[in-house]
Amino acid sequence: MLSVKNLSIEFSRYGSARRRTIIHPVRDLSLDIGDGEIVAVVGSSGSGKSLLAHAVLGLLPGNARTSGEILFKGTPLTSASMAALRGRAIALIPQSVAYLNPLSRVGRQVYRASRLSGKCRATAARSTDRAFARYRLDESVKSLFPFQVSGGMARRVLTATATAGDADLLIADEPTTGLDPVVARQSLSHLRELADLGKAVMLITHDIDAAVTVADRVAVIYAGTTVELTPARNFADGALRHPYSRALWNALPQQGFGFVPGNQPMEDDAVNGCIYLDRCPDRTGECRCAQPLRPVGKGHVRCCHAQG
Amino acid sequence: MSTLARTPALAERLGITDGRGRAMWVLGLCLAYFATLLLAAAFMGDAGLSTDFPNKKLAPCFEFPFGTDWLGRDMLVRTVKGLCRSLGIGLLAATVSSVVSAALGTLSATMGKRTDAVVTTLIDLVMATPHLVLLILVSFACGGGATGVIIAVAVSHWTRLARIIRAEILQLKQAEFVMVSRKLGRSPWWIARRHMLPHIAPQFTIGLILLFPHAILHSAGLTFLGFGLSPHNPSIGILLSESMRHISTGYWWLAILPGLSLLVTVKLFDVLGNSLRVITDPKTSQE
Amino acid sequence: MHAISASFCMAKIGRLVLILSLVSTLAFTLVSLSPVDPVSAYIGIDRMQISTEQEQRIIERWGLDRPAPERFLIWAGNVLRGDLGQSMIFNEPVTTVIGKRFVTSLWLMASAWLLSGVLGFVLGVVAGTNRGSPADRVIRLYSYTLASTPSFWMGLVLLAVFSVSLGLTPICCATPPGVSPDDATLWQRLHHLILPAATLSLIGVAQIALHTREKTIDAMNSEYALFAFAQGESRAGVAWRHAVRNVALPAVTLQFASLGELFGGSVLAEQVFSYPGLGKATVEAGIRGDVPLLLGITLFSALFVFTGNLVADILYGVLDPRIRIGTEEAK
Repeated sequence: MLSVKNLSIEFSRYGSARRRTIIHPVRDLSLDIGDGEIVAVVGSSGSGKSLLAHAVLGLLPGNARTSGEILFKGTPLTSASMAALRGRAIALIPQSVAYLNPLSRVGRQVYRASRLSGKCRATAARSTDRAFARYRLDESVKSLFPFQVSGGMARRVLTATATAGDADLLIADEPTTGLDPVVARQSLSHLRELADLGKAVMLITHDIDAAVTVADRVAVIYAGTTVELTPARNFADGALRHPYSRALWNALPQQGFGFVPGNQPMEDDAVNGCIYLDRCPDRTGECRCAQPLRPVGKGHVRCCHAQG
Repeated sequence: MSTLARTPALAERLGITDGRGRAMWVLGLCLAYFATLLLAAAFMGDAGLSTDFPNKKLAPCFEFPFGTDWLGRDMLVRTVKGLCRSLGIGLLAATVSSVVSAALGTLSATMGKRTDAVVTTLIDLVMATPHLVLLILVSFACGGGATGVIIAVAVSHWTRLARIIRAEILQLKQAEFVMVSRKLGRSPWWIARRHMLPHIAPQFTIGLILLFPHAILHSAGLTFLGFGLSPHNPSIGILLSESMRHISTGYWWLAILPGLSLLVTVKLFDVLGNSLRVITDPKTSQE
Repeated sequence: MHAISASFCMAKIGRLVLILSLVSTLAFTLVSLSPVDPVSAYIGIDRMQISTEQEQRIIERWGLDRPAPERFLIWAGNVLRGDLGQSMIFNEPVTTVIGKRFVTSLWLMASAWLLSGVLGFVLGVVAGTNRGSPADRVIRLYSYTLASTPSFWMGLVLLAVFSVSLGLTPICCATPPGVSPDDATLWQRLHHLILPAATLSLIGVAQIALHTREKTIDAMNSEYALFAFAQGESRAGVAWRHAVRNVALPAVTLQFASLGELFGGSVLAEQVFSYPGLGKATVEAGIRGDVPLLLGITLFSALFVFTGNLVADILYGVLDPRIRIGTEEAK
C-alpha cells in the first residue's frame, strides 16, 4: 500500500552567525506498509516520526526539501497527487481534540470530513451516521463542541472523523498518549479492526508497549533514520537485531529501565557511518562506514554486526 | 543554498542577507534623515518666514518646492521649522511620559499589593475616557500653550509602557536566576542593578521610541484643534489648521505637503523603534 | 442568556460607578486647576463693558465664589439627579446639547465603525491566509502607513481631492447651507457623511486589519487547520470554514473595545469637516471654556467607552461556546 524509500527531509534556517544552516530531522527513512497491516513507527521524541506523517500527507512547511521516494499503491506521490489523495485515500487520525475546530460542533466536522472525501450530501450524512454508530457515539454527541468531549470519547470522535471518508491508508499519530490503560487499549483495538477490514495503518507512537501489542511490524526510528524494521513479536522474543531497538525495549519499566547514556545526534549534525555510533556499546572500527538498511532474517537492519 | 551561491556577494558584504543586518541599515538611514532635518532647520535662517507679498500663493515650483502661503512665506521653511518644533514637543512629551511609566510600573511591581492596586486603578482611569477627551481636559487645565500640550500628552500616554514594565518586573522577580541571587544573599539593589536593569533597559528604550509616533501625532492633533501653540511659532498642527481656511479655494499644497512630511517623519520613528527591537531581541535573529 | 448572571451585572455596575466617580473627580480637579477664567471666557470681548457688580452676580450665580470641593459636591449632587448644568456657549442644558450632538455624531461613528470593521477584517483575513504574497505585502504596507497617518490630515487630503478638485462631495457641515438638520433629506445627510466617515474608516482599518492578520496566521498554523488540510480542505476552505470563525470573535471584541479611539477620531474628523457633532462640541467647550459642557462630555465619553468594553465582554460570553457552555455546566 505505502512504501517509503530513503526519505530525507531538510529545513534551511538562518543561524545566529548570519549563515544559513541546514537541519536534517529526517535522513534515510524507509518503511513499507501492506494491506491489512499495522506498522508501528516508534522512536523517542525528536526522531522525526511526525514529520514522516506530514511528508506522506504533503503537509510539510514551505521551507522543507525532501528527497527519496514515497510510493502509494505503487505510484510515486507528487505534491499534486498528495493533494488529491489527502482525506480521500490517506487519512490522519490526530492526537487530540485540539485538532478539531474549537468553535464548530463535532457532528458538523465529521460530516465535513466525509464530504471532503468526495461524497455527495446524502451519502456523507449516511456515512457520518455510520461512523458514529461504529464507534458507539450517541446521536447527542453530534451537537457537542470539541472541548466538551474528552478521553475515550475524544479518541472515538477523532477515529470517526478520520474514517468517515473510507480512506485506505490511516495514519494514527500518538493514539495512546495521555490516556488511561483501558481507553488506550480500546483506541488500539479500533486500529486493529480497521486493519482487519483491509486498511493499512501507520501507528506513530513512542509507546513501545502499545506498538508491540497491536502492530504487525515495527519500524524503529533513531534521529530520523530507520534502524530496524522487524516483526512485532521479535521484541518479546528477544530477537531484536539493532542495539538501539534492544535499548528501547530494555528501557521499559517491566524490563528494568535499562539506560544507555548519551543523546540522539542533533538535527544539524552531519553523520557519517553508523548513526548510533557514539552510544553503541558494541561499536567497532567497521561502524565508521556508511550503514545501509539490509535484510536480515525476517526484517531489515541498519547495523553491520547484525546476523540472521 | 544554490540561490545564495548564485547571487553576487554584494548583499552578503553589506550584511543585508538577514533580518539583523537589514535592521542596522534601516536604523542608520532613519538617523540620517533626522540629522538632515535638524541641520536643515538650523541652517535655513528665518528669511523664508517673513511676509513676501509679490510671491504669495505660489504653487510648488523649483524655487519654492512646497509653495508659498497667502502671505508669501516659504512653506518649505515653515514645514521644516514646524516639523522640528512638533518633533521637539512630541519627544519631550514622550520622554516625560516614559519616565512616568517607568516610575509607576516599577512602584507597582515592587511596593506591594496596595500600591499595585492604586497604580492599576490609575491606569484604568486614564483608559476610561477617550485619549483625545483627556488631552483636551488636561490642556484646558494647563491653560493651553506648549506646556499644556506636553503635559497633556505625557499624562495620557504612559499607561501602555507602565503595564509592560510592571509585567516584566513581576516576571523577573519569579525568574530562576533572580531567586538564586536572592538565596545567595545578594541585596535587592544589587539584583535590581545586575539582573533587572539589563532586561528592562532595552524594553524601556524601545517603548520610548515607539511612544514617539503617538506623542507626535497627538500633539499635532491637539494643536490642530486649536489648543496650545501660538500661530507665531509654526508647528505642523498650526500649519494644517491654517490651511483649512484656504483649502476650499484650491491651495492644496498648504495642507498636503506639510502633512505628508509629518507622516514620513512619524513613520520613520516607528521604523526606527522596530529595527531597534529586531537588533536587540535575540529571538528575531533566528528568522 | 446564562452568561449574563446576576453577579456579573453587579460587578459591572460596581465597576461603572467606580469609574464614573473617579473620572468625574479627575475631570473636576483638572477643570478647577485651569487658569482660564470662566467668566471672561463666557463674556469674551465684551469684558470691558461689564461692571464689577454684574461680574459679581455671574460669579454668584455659578457659585464660583465657593471653594472647589464644595462646588464639586454641589455639581456631583446635581449630576446624580440627572442635571449636568447649563451649557454656556449653547445656552441649553448640557444633557440636551449632548443628546442632540450625539445623534449627529452617531451617524458618523456608526458608519465608520461598520465600514472599518468589515473592511479591516476582510483585509486581515486575506493578508493572513496568503502570508508573504503581494496582497499581504500591500495590505501590511497600507496598514502600517495608515497607523502613522494623522487622521485630520487624511481628512484634509480627501477634502482637497473629492470636494475641491472633483467637486463630488460638500466642503463642510452635516447638511447643505441654510437647511436645518430636521429638513435635510436622507440623501443630503448621507452625502455630507461620506467624507468624514471615509476619513475615520480609512484610519480605523489599520488596527483591525493588522490584528486580524496576526490571528489568521495563528489560525492557519493551528492544529485544527493542519487536520483540516489533512482531510483535503483547500487553503481557501480552511480560511473560510475554520480561520474566519475563530478570528471573528477577537475581531468583533476588539472593534467594540476601541470605541474610545473612534470617539477621538471623530473629534478630529468633525473639526476638519465642520461636522456639528459631539466632537466639534468638545473642541468648542474646551476652547471657549464651557466647563459644564466639558465635564458632561467627559462623563458621557467615559460611559461610551465603558459600554463598548461591556458589549465586548458580553459578546465573548455569548458567542464563544467554550465560555457560554462552560458557565452553564458550572451551574
